[in-house]
Amino acid sequence: MTISRETAINVTLALVLLAMPFVALQLGKPFYVTLATRMAILGLAAVGLNLALGLGGLVSFGHAAFFGVGGYAAGILASHAFAGQPLNLGLFALPGTNQMLVVWSVAVLAGGLLAAAIGMISLRTSGVYFIMITLAFAQMTYYFAISWPAYGGEDGLSITIRNVVPAINTLIPINYFLVCYALLLTALLIFALIRGSRFGAALQASRQNELRVASIGIAPFRVRLVAFIISGMITALSGALYADLNRFVSPSMLSWHMSGELIIIVVLGGVGRLWGPVAGAMLFVVFEFVLGGLTERWQFFLGVALLAVVLFARGGLIGFLAGRMRHG
Amino acid sequence: MQTALFIEQVLNGLQLGVMLFLMAAGLTLIFGVMGLINLAHGSLYMVGAFACATVAAATGSFWLGLAASLAAAAAAGAIIEILVIRRLYERDHLDQVLATFALILIFSEGTRWLFGSFPLYLDIPPLLRGTVPIPGGSRYQLYRLAIIGVGIAVAVGLFLLISKTRLGMRIRAGESDREMIGALGVDIRTLYTVVFALGAGLAGLAGALVGALQSVQVGMGEPVLILAFVVIVIGGIGSIKGALVGALLVGLVDTMGRFLLPQLFSLLMTPSQAGLVGGALASMLIYIVMAAILAVRPQGLFAARG
Repeated sequence: MTISRETAINVTLALVLLAMPFVALQLGKPFYVTLATRMAILGLAAVGLNLALGLGGLVSFGHAAFFGVGGYAAGILASHAFAGQPLNLGLFALPGTNQMLVVWSVAVLAGGLLAAAIGMISLRTSGVYFIMITLAFAQMTYYFAISWPAYGGEDGLSITIRNVVPAINTLIPINYFLVCYALLLTALLIFALIRGSRFGAALQASRQNELRVASIGIAPFRVRLVAFIISGMITALSGALYADLNRFVSPSMLSWHMSGELIIIVVLGGVGRLWGPVAGAMLFVVFEFVLGGLTERWQFFLGVALLAVVLFARGGLIGFLAGRMRHG
Repeated sequence: MQTALFIEQVLNGLQLGVMLFLMAAGLTLIFGVMGLINLAHGSLYMVGAFACATVAAATGSFWLGLAASLAAAAAAGAIIEILVIRRLYERDHLDQVLATFALILIFSEGTRWLFGSFPLYLDIPPLLRGTVPIPGGSRYQLYRLAIIGVGIAVAVGLFLLISKTRLGMRIRAGESDREMIGALGVDIRTLYTVVFALGAGLAGLAGALVGALQSVQVGMGEPVLILAFVVIVIGGIGSIKGALVGALLVGLVDTMGRFLLPQLFSLLMTPSQAGLVGGALASMLIYIVMAAILAVRPQGLFAARG
């Protein structure tokens, strides 16, 4: 059995990302552990988006909504646990918690519900309508977060102590990196399983030819909706991790710049490629860090670079390294 | 007093609506003719506001500033059309989104580079300062009324341009069959540049007009851009009429929602709670209206295509 070039690149990426924090600690530069964690978390968010964007061809410009909802799930639960007050949901009260396993479940559930609601409406449309509607709904959550003062409003919400996982001390940066890395690998596994499944085939087929899929007897709407929900769930999970990394949530996690950055990450890495989002996230964080260190105006150069990539170099990093996607 | 406040809010809603129309008309025209989604439209709005503030500060004349805003935004539009946008017509929407998002980053950081992070201020011209009486015994800012007037004039002008002139005929032809009008000898590249510059100029005009009401700063175009998206999604992408109806609807619903919802809720709960719930709901109201309209008509109210 020969290993394809893409597989070799993927394995290299996985090992580089895993090795990065350990090397950083050896070199006495603990800050790079945080950087690697950021890569893993943004990569995870982008894996979620890649499911909708890459496999389903759904250009969602509103994934910040799911990212932010996951973040707020972590922030709100942690703040209630810290204050010792249960969260009053009208019909029943939910105790706050600092258990990440619970936080993740709530984040995933909330992301899934929100994605179902947004998807039900926006998936009735396509193309440029879909882009604008997902953007509009994400903006709605953004304005809601700003105008609802109970959880900090515009100022955001701090998480006093990072939430915990049983048997792992998440306050140690490298441990937290490993938690995020493990979740990233899990999400990639889910992505690979979906891509290879009958469902994944239907999803990709409805991207390529909606009419033909419908005429076979598969409703593209339902396939897309399920994919959109799973996509929202994965991105929401990453939002919860991101909030715990920074120990802070704010409406900026919901802003449309965030949605744009997630799309950039997927496209920089390679749309629809398994490890594309991770490659994109690594590239993006490096870019942000290196240029951000050189100049305050790094976003200007990010814009120029992005423009150059879109106009002249298509296929992203994985496409550049491994060649065009093979259709088997 | 209550009637006067109500009328004032309706006027505010109309003023927001016509501003949104100036933005949405360009966006929808560009989408209708070229099939392009332009996220950088908000940047052109910002360019207009900065040009107006700079020229007005240098010359002391708001009117020169206003002319400068139109010229600067239209010129910026023509330049990015020739350098970047032109290469995107044949690409898919994802590429268009990314490239125009990149343009936003370039415009925003570039403007911050040139003008610094502090907002600029633009004064209302002396001619339009002061207030006029409105029914109910209150007074209303003359400048805001003038903005409504400009919006109506632009709407009428656009209607005449598109239905009566040769350029308008070409624009309509470009919407229905771009290859055919190319084959008939119309220079389609120039037409596209002209349409793009026209849309950009309208956005710049809107930016300059609103600049005198708010501060002129980087990022001012983004909230307006997203509202303009809501407008054209509601109105139907590619339809100028849809943009007008959608803009007025969004302007009125947003303004009236912020005004009336807290009062409505105060019938049910304490004033502070009502302000909270009403305010939060009002901030989401236009999106809820959009969702409701899409549930009934997924292509918007006046869909031009499909």
